Amino acid sequence: MSGRIPGDRLWIHGGRVVDPSQGLDGPAQVIVEAGRIAAVGPELERPEDARPIDASGLVVAPGFIDLHVHFREPGGEHKETIASGARAAVAGGFTTVWTMPNTDPPIDDPAAVGFVKAAGEAARGARVMPIGAASIGMEGEQMTEIGGLVAAGAVAVSDDGAPVGHAGLMRRLLEYTQSFGIPVIQHSEVVELAEGGVMNEGSIATALGLRGIPNAAEAAMIARDALLSELTGGHLHVCHVSARESVEQLRLARDKGLRVTSEVTPHHLILTDELVRGYNTEAKVNPPLRTERDVEAVRQALVDGVIDVIATDHAPHHYEEKEREFDDAPFGINGLETAFGLCMKALVEPGHMSLGQLIDRMACAPARIMGLDGGTLRPGAPADVVLLDPNEIWTVEPQGFVSLSHNTPVAGWKLPGRIRRTLVGGETRHEVEEDR
Amino acid sequence: MTADQTTASDEAGPAAPLGKDLVGLEGLSGDTIRMILDTAEPFKEISERPIKKVPVLRGKTIVNLFFEPSTRTRISFEFAEKRLGADTVNISSVGSSVSKGESLVDTARNLEAMRIDMVVIRHGSSGAARFLADRIPSNVINAGDGRHEHPTQALLDMLTMRDRLGKVEGLRVCIVGDIVHSRVARSNIFGLRALGAEVGVCGPRSLVPVGIEDLGVSVFGHVEEAIEWADVLNVLRLQLERMNAGFIPSLREYNRVFGVTRARLERAPREVVVLHPGPMNRGVEIDSDVADGPQSVILPQVTNGVAVRMAVLYLLAGGRPELAEDAKRGSGG
Repeated sequence: MSGRIPGDRLWIHGGRVVDPSQGLDGPAQVIVEAGRIAAVGPELERPEDARPIDASGLVVAPGFIDLHVHFREPGGEHKETIASGARAAVAGGFTTVWTMPNTDPPIDDPAAVGFVKAAGEAARGARVMPIGAASIGMEGEQMTEIGGLVAAGAVAVSDDGAPVGHAGLMRRLLEYTQSFGIPVIQHSEVVELAEGGVMNEGSIATALGLRGIPNAAEAAMIARDALLSELTGGHLHVCHVSARESVEQLRLARDKGLRVTSEVTPHHLILTDELVRGYNTEAKVNPPLRTERDVEAVRQALVDGVIDVIATDHAPHHYEEKEREFDDAPFGINGLETAFGLCMKALVEPGHMSLGQLIDRMACAPARIMGLDGGTLRPGAPADVVLLDPNEIWTVEPQGFVSLSHNTPVAGWKLPGRIRRTLVGGETRHEVEEDR
Repeated sequence: MTADQTTASDEAGPAAPLGKDLVGLEGLSGDTIRMILDTAEPFKEISERPIKKVPVLRGKTIVNLFFEPSTRTRISFEFAEKRLGADTVNISSVGSSVSKGESLVDTARNLEAMRIDMVVIRHGSSGAARFLADRIPSNVINAGDGRHEHPTQALLDMLTMRDRLGKVEGLRVCIVGDIVHSRVARSNIFGLRALGAEVGVCGPRSLVPVGIEDLGVSVFGHVEEAIEWADVLNVLRLQLERMNAGFIPSLREYNRVFGVTRARLERAPREVVVLHPGPMNRGVEIDSDVADGPQSVILPQVTNGVAVRMAVLYLLAGGRPELAEDAKRGSGG
């Protein structure tokens, strides 16, 4: 063991290890060595000179992986920087985040990808993995140099926020990306159907006099893109599914065995457009909060595996930007630090899912569908670990967020499930000290 | 940053029968709406006098804050304010700091700093009146917010229906035209239903919003059916932009299929009263012989507009409905 730095061995003991990737759920110890998992088992003694971490009363799980966050650097550093976002992520139990490229300027060349990656590493929060833009300037016309983006560290391409509308470009993207083994991530929306819309289309929008975005705007694009995935064999990943009709399209793709994966946000698993009443701009998000029927459909799809993963679509906005007329307020919900609690409330507390299934959808499944080294506590995997208390009830106090922004429609909510400690590569990068 | 979120109606004592603001008719009871209409009655007469002024709002400062162009609503409010003796200032978005990018929050705070008493706001965004009302202690009256509500228009419509037909309860009122974009339609729906009327809407489905049935209205796809059903038609203005945006193919076709014409009205089983909030597109949504004919109450609507707005101003300022008669005589201020 020559050259080993003293103290880089950890012995996480006394906890309940829940790791669906290897079917674990029970009392066990985890040994970490040189930033990776060395062993997991119920009878593991503390190795010589290993630093103990007391996990008694806590669940020990693989760190969460969020395939969809918006950090606003460059261009919107008053909302979130890469550093603040990466630290907000570990506060929420996330050890890896994929950052969307719709910054100002967008991340559409290799140098920009390198910048995000370097800033992410310097942040010492979650691992930051950049998604590159699919088209130059995210203008939906000319494909970016995807090979160069990948060489610089991009893990996927997407024009998120500006859906790829041109069917021919989408086809070429799904073909070209296959050389690099990365997915095309699509914010699925037929812009012509959604244009000008600020909330879910339906009776509440009608009563409030706000322009609506119909479910069909999302489902129609998913249908088109799934057909293009079938045509090309490319990997399509569908962002933030919100509508029940979208679930039907995804189920069809699943039944046909297509390379189509998808995600749902915590807020779409529990909140509805009722929350917009009173012109509540904190509930303005795209895709919009839908109806109870849609919430039930996406929840069931997640349980069934038709939707693969939970992703936050963390979209920080400065309070002044939300403090205005509904039409003019930006879309987006700050999601990283409330994700686990909201999912506990939406899924585990009512009995739709077990804690193990939730951890699967937040940690294991993202790694599985994207082929990442992580999302597991198997020996050899990176020691990306979260310690959480599934029973602790806490109150959402946005002013206390690590994120630079505080925009959430669930301020004041009491949520079950608290993140206690987050380790990235064996290093503790978030810890809640109080009352322990 | 948000100021007192409590709506004044929560804390309204007997001195403020209508609460702090009038941002919409949604949620108002039939009794409250009847109180406003009843209060408007004595104010009608003031406008018939040679000296059209009572000192009810003497010393009060009212700002008419218009972020959208408006002629008749602004003038109607201004007459109402002046006939009650208030000092008024008109601010329109053109040439004001509003067009220089000042936020609505800042505009509100600046107005507040000048110690005003009431704001009448017209704004292109739905919810803007509520937004302002939640942030300033002055009384706020919504003179139209986006496609949300235009409560005083609906009140004057209902007053005009009541004048002509004796009551609103039990009437069948059909709103015809561009429902999607219409704040007049929404306020009419909320107000008429609170008063116990049956409400229908009629128009091409591309101009009738999704989920409108959930507001408790019947939907008619043919104007002939609507005319056969209704006691009252409230015909909405069809804006030229709707054609360019592809909601309808042409104004000519709109008139052919949905226009309220003399020939269509003559086939009705009863006399149908016709309203229009103005300004009219003659020959598009309504033909001139209807607009100027005996069934039309379009000009009485305009007259009633001033009385209804006087009533709303009076009530928000803390006037008691039962004292409106005295106020009219000049002793109620």
